[in-house]
Amino acid sequence: MPTIRFRLNGAPTEIDTDPDQLLLDVLRGPLGLTGPHFGCGAGECGACRVIVGDHAVTSCDTPLWSVADKDVTTLEGLGSPEQPQPLQRAFLAEQAMHCGYCVAGVLVSAAALLRQIPKPTERQVREALDRNLCRCGSQNRIVRAVLRAANEAAVT
Amino acid sequence: MNSPVPTLPFSLAANPRLSSWIKFAADGRVTVSPGKVEIGQGIVTALAQIAADELDIDIGRVRMVRATTAASPNEGVTSGSLSIQHSGRALRHACAEIRQIFLAAASERLGVESGVLQIEDGTISGLGNVTTSYWELADEISLDRDATPGAKPKAIAERALAGQSAQRIDIPDKVFARRRFIHDTALAGLLHGRVLRPEHARAKLADLKEDAARAVAGFIAVVRDGSFAGVVCETEAGADAALKALRKGASWSEGEKLPDEDDLAAFLRAQPVESTVIDTRTAAKSASKARTLKRQYIRPYIAHASIAPSCAMAQWNGEDRVHVWTHSQGVYLLRSDLSLVLKLPIEQITVEHLEGAGCYGHNPADDVALDAVLLAKAASGRPVRVQWSRADEMTHGPFGAAMAIEVEADLDATGDIVEWRHSIWSNGHAARPGRGTKPTLLAGYELETPFPIAISGNPPQANGGGGDRNSIPLYDFPAWKIESHRLLTMPVRTSALRTLGAQGNVFAIECFLDEIAAERGEDPVAFRLRHLKDERARDVVRAAAKRAGWKPTPKAGTGYGFGYSRYKNTGAYCAAVAEIEGDEDIRVKKLTLAVDVGEAINPDGVINQIEGGAIQATSWVLKERVRFDRERITSNSWTDYPILRFSEVPEVEVEVIQRSDIDPVGAGEAAHGPVTAAIANAVFDCLGLRVRNLPITRERLIAAMEES
Repeated sequence: MPTIRFRLNGAPTEIDTDPDQLLLDVLRGPLGLTGPHFGCGAGECGACRVIVGDHAVTSCDTPLWSVADKDVTTLEGLGSPEQPQPLQRAFLAEQAMHCGYCVAGVLVSAAALLRQIPKPTERQVREALDRNLCRCGSQNRIVRAVLRAANEAAVT
Repeated sequence: MNSPVPTLPFSLAANPRLSSWIKFAADGRVTVSPGKVEIGQGIVTALAQIAADELDIDIGRVRMVRATTAASPNEGVTSGSLSIQHSGRALRHACAEIRQIFLAAASERLGVESGVLQIEDGTISGLGNVTTSYWELADEISLDRDATPGAKPKAIAERALAGQSAQRIDIPDKVFARRRFIHDTALAGLLHGRVLRPEHARAKLADLKEDAARAVAGFIAVVRDGSFAGVVCETEAGADAALKALRKGASWSEGEKLPDEDDLAAFLRAQPVESTVIDTRTAAKSASKARTLKRQYIRPYIAHASIAPSCAMAQWNGEDRVHVWTHSQGVYLLRSDLSLVLKLPIEQITVEHLEGAGCYGHNPADDVALDAVLLAKAASGRPVRVQWSRADEMTHGPFGAAMAIEVEADLDATGDIVEWRHSIWSNGHAARPGRGTKPTLLAGYELETPFPIAISGNPPQANGGGGDRNSIPLYDFPAWKIESHRLLTMPVRTSALRTLGAQGNVFAIECFLDEIAAERGEDPVAFRLRHLKDERARDVVRAAAKRAGWKPTPKAGTGYGFGYSRYKNTGAYCAAVAEIEGDEDIRVKKLTLAVDVGEAINPDGVINQIEGGAIQATSWVLKERVRFDRERITSNSWTDYPILRFSEVPEVEVEVIQRSDIDPVGAGEAAHGPVTAAIANAVFDCLGLRVRNLPITRERLIAAMEES
């Protein structure tokens, strides 16, 4: 088995496995993470999104080999209760979910957006999240939370 | 005058033992154990608020316990917007009684009359420095006693938390990626299972070659029983690979024919049915009918389409005891059906709730639990997690039933309604497990010795009805007849989807009213108010209209529509105004709603539920329809079953009319009907087209144009 090396949430990581394995399976399987969620297995719903480099990608249809030597960030890598990322604070403040299953992928997509566009317009937020599906109807709260996080980050 | 005999709230009467609801833990926490479950609706937080209020403790001390058949009160199913009514009232009453019991004990211990005692965050103090607490007294007070009807909950003015927007207690875990969902729960030695399901409807498994599946790394077992087949592997990826191999090695019989998707009304109206007269009203004096209007409205099959595939875990202890982890809405009901399939006494089955994604009704949560139990039999005592695929989730679970609704109105010479008739043709809207003598779990239909497929039924009107839910007019028409025709065949599996028949019926009633008002040249809000006597109904109608500036001056390409309903005729009042843009397609720009749930325990929770309901209803109206050809369901991915996306979601404004003196009812299903009708009526306002066949897509606009 070849060894694949990448940085996972800032930490150097290496794993000996079939490089054609799907990134989501590796993250949730041997690496034991639960931030990225399985939703469809076809890159359509976005529950499994992680940031690779600067872009949010669907890890359910991304082969492991394609992240070799790259930075991979999952929800676990955004922040912690002790040191929450502005987006996490904003999602708490806006109570921005119903069931919250899609939120792991949504937060990751939003984080990628704010890296690229620190002060997005509402339209830009909606467009950036268009590939994330939410079935409960929390979209407006989520958009408000992302805009709040952008404002907060700009102030601090 | 006799005062009414006090009675226990519904759920408390069924589960009177106080200790089954509340326990004081040694660490200064209070354990609250409701029988209702969190499905993303925030119920657990609202219940924590109620308990903390009634016991006078900080909400941070409350530890909410997940429902389990091992310990929790049996509150049936978490559905029908009844959790606040059932669990909330029971908890409030139980806590009130517990508070009294502890005050009496504290009075004895402290030698102070209980009237002067005060409770602050669980510390009970009298005059001076004498204090005790729930936790000090807990050792000597047994709550293993039954609730009595006399306990008096606090007056509204004394409640500190109810009516305040509290932060939901489940959200931090979900924001910080802490394990909370069943999909993420780790058990020692966990194995992974997948089940093979046919592509064609109800096809039988004729032959299965297992060799390739057995060769997959980490393979544990193939399980086959009749047409039920599945694999168990060490890893999820392995289970997926083994399932793929199994699929290649499977041959199937032909399936059963599905209806013509393009003529659902003809199909629904041609089937054998059980007909029920739901309600009649006879006019006090006869009025002269000048003419009759008749319209037919159609709602398609709608998928629950949870964002997470259904998932369950099971672990056998020997051959006759099994523990099941599930996101089912009813742990006791699921246990009953598991007991029927397994032929095991219920005492040998424990069913425990873990959170899943939103389910919006009876989705495959229960089915996958039986799958897990069957596969775990081959796992030598190790736990097995089974997760459905996206395609199976969109294909093999029950759907919300398609409906054909014919509404007729006899009008007098001025165009006013003198008689109203409403007839529904639809499969039943309920086939939840645990209700009958036969199980309703999918795998039960697939076994070598199968159980008969349960044809879905309808709950009685007293429980809100099923296909007939919200079919009785809320308006003071002089005469009416309401009939429901429940299909006795069921080629497409149906069961409870959020609102049951209410979305279809409110769509029909509110659109037909809009049409009658328009023919009279009467404003639709004025028309409704003229026919509504209930002041709470009038208030939500006026509040929504006022907030939306009814009726805004029309602009080209824009339309406004109105819809109103009281969910189940006995629940939450809700009125909606839709603003849309229409040309070749419809875009919903804004929804303005007013809602009255009585006492809103957590107002932000109510707003969240109404917003979510309004957005989901918009998705149903503009996009959703289960697709099939004559052999199979074809809408088995998000591409083939599109739902509303972020950029398509309308702005939603919600006004909550707070009525602290009226017992609370649920909010989760109040918005769907009014929003559906408001959008359809706005389409008419904008384009002059009456679309009576959902969803309102481009092709349906063209069809309506051709009709008119």
